[in-house]
Amino acid sequence: MNKMPKWADAVLIPLISILLAFFFSGLVIWAIGKDPVVAIKTMVQGAFGSTSGISYTLYYATNFIFTGLAVAVAYHARLFNIGGEGQAMLGGLGVTLVCLAIPWPHWTLALPAAMIGGALFGAGWAFIPAWLQAKRGSHIVITTIMFNYIGAALLGYLLTKVLKVKGSMLTESARFPEGAHLPNFSEIFAPIGINFSPNAPANMAFFVALLCTFAFWILIWKTRLGYEIRAYGQSETAAKYAGIAPARIVIIAMLISGALAGLMAINNVMGEAERLIDNAVEGAGFIGIAVALMGRNHPIGILLASILFGFLYQGGAELSFWESIPRELVVVIQALVIMFTGALDNMVRMPLEKLFVALNRKKEA
Amino acid sequence: MSVQTDTGRQATAAPTASAAPAIELRGISKAFGPVQANKDISISVAKGSIHGIIGENGAGKSTLMSILYGFYKADAGHILINGQEVHIADSQEAISAGIGMVFQHFKLVENFTVLENVILGAEDGGLLKPSLAKARKLLKQLSDEYELSVDPDALIEDLSVGHQQRVEILKALYRQADILILDEPTGVLTPAEADHLFRILKGLKEQGKTIILITHKLREIMEITDTVSVMRRGEMTATVKTHETSPEQLAELMVGRKVLLRVDKKPATPGKPVVEVENLRVIDEQGVERLKGISLEVREGEILGICGVAGNGQTELLEVLGGYVNGTGTVRMNGEEIDLSGKHSNGQTRRARGIAHVPEDRHDEGLILEFQAWENMVFGYHHAPEYQKNALLMDNAGIKAMTQASMDKFDVRPPNPKLEAKSFSGGNQQKIVLAREIERNPDLLLVGQPTRGVDIGAIEFIHQQIVALRDEGKAILLVSVELDEILSLSDRIVVMFDGQIMGERLPAETNEGELGLMMAGITDTNTNGEKAQ
Repeated sequence: MNKMPKWADAVLIPLISILLAFFFSGLVIWAIGKDPVVAIKTMVQGAFGSTSGISYTLYYATNFIFTGLAVAVAYHARLFNIGGEGQAMLGGLGVTLVCLAIPWPHWTLALPAAMIGGALFGAGWAFIPAWLQAKRGSHIVITTIMFNYIGAALLGYLLTKVLKVKGSMLTESARFPEGAHLPNFSEIFAPIGINFSPNAPANMAFFVALLCTFAFWILIWKTRLGYEIRAYGQSETAAKYAGIAPARIVIIAMLISGALAGLMAINNVMGEAERLIDNAVEGAGFIGIAVALMGRNHPIGILLASILFGFLYQGGAELSFWESIPRELVVVIQALVIMFTGALDNMVRMPLEKLFVALNRKKEA
Repeated sequence: MSVQTDTGRQATAAPTASAAPAIELRGISKAFGPVQANKDISISVAKGSIHGIIGENGAGKSTLMSILYGFYKADAGHILINGQEVHIADSQEAISAGIGMVFQHFKLVENFTVLENVILGAEDGGLLKPSLAKARKLLKQLSDEYELSVDPDALIEDLSVGHQQRVEILKALYRQADILILDEPTGVLTPAEADHLFRILKGLKEQGKTIILITHKLREIMEITDTVSVMRRGEMTATVKTHETSPEQLAELMVGRKVLLRVDKKPATPGKPVVEVENLRVIDEQGVERLKGISLEVREGEILGICGVAGNGQTELLEVLGGYVNGTGTVRMNGEEIDLSGKHSNGQTRRARGIAHVPEDRHDEGLILEFQAWENMVFGYHHAPEYQKNALLMDNAGIKAMTQASMDKFDVRPPNPKLEAKSFSGGNQQKIVLAREIERNPDLLLVGQPTRGVDIGAIEFIHQQIVALRDEGKAILLVSVELDEILSLSDRIVVMFDGQIMGERLPAETNEGELGLMMAGITDTNTNGEKAQ
């Protein structure tokens, strides 16, 4: 073995990167005259110190798991799906239409139906860019970005003109029926004696996200389709040699990607807001890119990265609330994490690789 | 430009320095991470001589030359030019030290003229006209002196490969190179072009230039060099005078054991035709006709060798038969026609018809370098029922076991199914591809460049496997730019030029000279005309 061990690649490098990011965040906080130690304590306390904090952290994480998986599926086919935001918006529309369609008797019926609705709409929104890429060669990055704007405009129109409740001032849809209410953590965990705050947002969708994470792993590494997606992603010419149709892979990978992004709506729309509001996605589609990048497009990595970003979201909110540290600074911290874990990956990797090589040499000698 | 190189240039002019070797390397070492690419290399090349450097792929030849040309910095060691130590930090400094390099892949601007390419990066000022005039004069002089004739106003994209290479040499000479390094210069040339190149090199040598020739072809070393250094696994194993050695000895030095240089095979006993091709045409994406009506057949138990200079349609022939590109015409496999352009014309359906394909480019087509060996071992056959666990999942454990068995049988080293394809050497990568295709027991095996970038030791094994498949009564269509390989493996030889078949020969009744002429598109009167169109 003359390379770095696997655990160092998977655990040590991200860990060092995150610590570096936090170190520089601390410097920034210190530079504006606040105490970095207090700040980090506030963040950790706010994100993990209470059942309410944990609930918020996992709620955000759920969003990021869905969008992170969405980006990762496409990325395995070397497609850069920047359109998670728009696909998640449209997923919200699908979930809303399903939930408002009939007075659902129970969530166990409403959830599968809403999942189908969200996935179909998300996949549908991804289909057009996918088709254009596969058949016309239009670059998927450009088209998916544009479709984010089209999606936002479409939803704005629908919320103000079509879905809005008559007589209401709010640009939002009607509230979903009682039967479409997903159990939140307080309702799920009360029977086993763990008390979550009843107002905290984490809900059943978190477990759906975990299931999707597992299904993602099966799909990518255990099935023929996953094999073909990865083969196409690694080498289009080789895929062609093997008789794998490129257009088919592009379209299927993007449909799965869009469906996963659309599924996010069962968390934020169905599980939390219980109605469709404007800008419900709140940038989670873009965070999904960072999550997939940081999680190396691997389900476990994505899960951990999602929780990290959930922590940054929730802890950051607490930080601006309690420490009068401006929200913008929280964005700076998030940006530093993305920068160190994604863009500056090699900065940590290179010296570490050299170190391991040197250590191995010594061992051999 | 550093001070050291300046003194080096002065030394060239000084008559006292003429006794010193043109280039001397002392104890050069270079490691890339864990890989020791060059280990304590020392050579000395006399002024006005041709020095060959021979070694297998990955032996460290290119690394050594890249250090000399300033692309890499050596971890240790010294470079002396004309007896003066120099520090070459980039290619500019290499050029001012009098070193010129002709790369395997030319570095020319396709839509510039020859003249513009020659002065590129060496213009004398803001205005081009004086430089161009100067270059034109020099080019004229050089082409008279060394048979280096090229039309100075031709666009590079209109020139043949052989002429493009001359432009590269002219570029180096224009920059007043005294030491010329050529990296695998004959890989893309016809035998006639290669001979011409060697005449040029001999002419340059007579004028006192020093030439370093990097190659893996023993024949070229024997033909043109004065001294030769052999590299193996990053080390210089020997430096000998060429006239005191033999190809067999050099091969042994390269590989580290005795090597059989020719293929041992029984005469073929061909049976009925397996594949019959009639009037096959392929038009590429740019609308250029690459195959202009090819007709041939390959029978059971024979190897049909296709030779030609790269880019004359052999690639397309393999690709259309392998289902990679669409074509028109008729192809019958075991008597049944194959769909050449329909919706279902692809690699999968070809494999189902008993056609296996070892593609010319194993890095971009035959393998997925990031995939582990076991994943590559079913690549293209991953739909086969025996590789599935159930309707949903692939039988990964079963595939790994099968891979292990294949790797043992084909002597793939290291025999580890979980190693990524990119971690294997060229020869072992090729064995993986070959194992995959042969183990499926095809009726027809398409093989493109089976030993390109493969070390001599593995070449022997690969050739044996191909002959063994023939002896089982399978049909084999072999495409190779290596004439030696075509001549020694084939039972019949077809020469292609410009998308057409120039003629057919039996290996025993032809030679490199005749094939070389045919490869250049020159048909002599004896060619059986009905095959030629």
